[in-house]
Amino acid sequence: MSHRGALVGFTAVAIVALFAVGFAQQVRVPGAQYDSDFPNEKPGPAPSRDIAGIWEPARGPSDAIQATGARNVPDTGRPEHQLPFTPEGLKANLVNKPAWGPRMVPSAQSNDPQPRCEPQGWPRVILHNYRTAQIVQTPKQVLVLYQFNRKWRNIWMDGRANPKVDDFLEPRWWGYSAGRWVDDYTFVAETVGMDERTWLDNVGRPHSWEARVEERYHRRDAVHLDVTVTINDPVYYSKPWVALDRLPLRLQPDTLDIREMECSPSEFERYNREFAEPAAGVQGIAR
Amino acid sequence: MKQLLTVLVATAGIVSGVGPLLAHHGAATFDTGKEVVLEGTVAEWVWSNPHCFLKFEVKEKDGRVRTWVTETSNPPDMVNRGWSRRSFKAGDTVKATVEPVKSGNPVGRLLEVTFADGRVLSTRGGPAPTAAP
Repeated sequence: MSHRGALVGFTAVAIVALFAVGFAQQVRVPGAQYDSDFPNEKPGPAPSRDIAGIWEPARGPSDAIQATGARNVPDTGRPEHQLPFTPEGLKANLVNKPAWGPRMVPSAQSNDPQPRCEPQGWPRVILHNYRTAQIVQTPKQVLVLYQFNRKWRNIWMDGRANPKVDDFLEPRWWGYSAGRWVDDYTFVAETVGMDERTWLDNVGRPHSWEARVEERYHRRDAVHLDVTVTINDPVYYSKPWVALDRLPLRLQPDTLDIREMECSPSEFERYNREFAEPAAGVQGIAR
Repeated sequence: MKQLLTVLVATAGIVSGVGPLLAHHGAATFDTGKEVVLEGTVAEWVWSNPHCFLKFEVKEKDGRVRTWVTETSNPPDMVNRGWSRRSFKAGDTVKATVEPVKSGNPVGRLLEVTFADGRVLSTRGGPAPTAAP
């Protein structure tokens, strides 16, 4: 390429990149604040033992929408994203037919339970669609209210231990959660007893009845909360793996209205009938 | 200048393809990267989960009218892009850029819409947000 050609190409890329950045910055939850709004910010110190508030992904509303799998290990087919499946875990993974990733099938032929308004459960709610969430602290619980499908969880912090996972424990879509402060700025919870029908993420990573999920909230400063999620499932995975690594959330004005996002079976039925099935060239599948 | 425009258009196509639509219900059915521009009349704008979709009628060369069904993302995502439940009304004339499906059915992802008065709505980005409700 000539110098003139290179210059033309560079100029075009620069213009389009600026254009694209401009667009990206305009996509935002109305009324929300992002780190990009405060370029020279020097946040104050983190309050002690306080993670309450309305939180939004600090880098933008799409930062933690993870269509192709858990943020830190999306299903790209690349070696660094391969999960440490056991033979049993690999077998369970093949049963799930996701609508995204290298194994994707048309959405009308997927057996993903979530789009049909089945409970997505824990931790999929944040390994798929981590949107605006509100955390409420009471003396004995941390409550987390999620915008995505309008769900909530309670994490006990009254000193109780999680129940023993055995054949007598009732499975729960959202599991049993207990948490504690490991220091003044870090709250750690563990969840067990999650119903095996739920997927860990949007590409169908499975979990067994023995799975334990650790979520770690680190209050980095006055306006940031970093969230880490680790999966420990010795039946399906040979070692623990980090699904979400220090995802930064930003504290929002306490007046921010979390808009409704609800899964309606009748709306899904219509979407499937009028869009998904014609898109796949099929009829009457996955109702 | 012609050379610059050519590169600009090509680069715009690459960049616009980098930022996927927020749709989260599958990409397997789409003819990824292909775009068609259709002119038609809005039949219905369905504002619902899991995804909103626009139905519009396109007159084919042979005179037949074909109804296209094109999806966007969910209502909160569309609000983040400046769309609303009242973005369209039946009878609106639109020019729609669509990523079609592979099956050949008149179905696809709605990438951009231009109204008769020149207004543009895009799923790739959006106008500045309105005040918080």
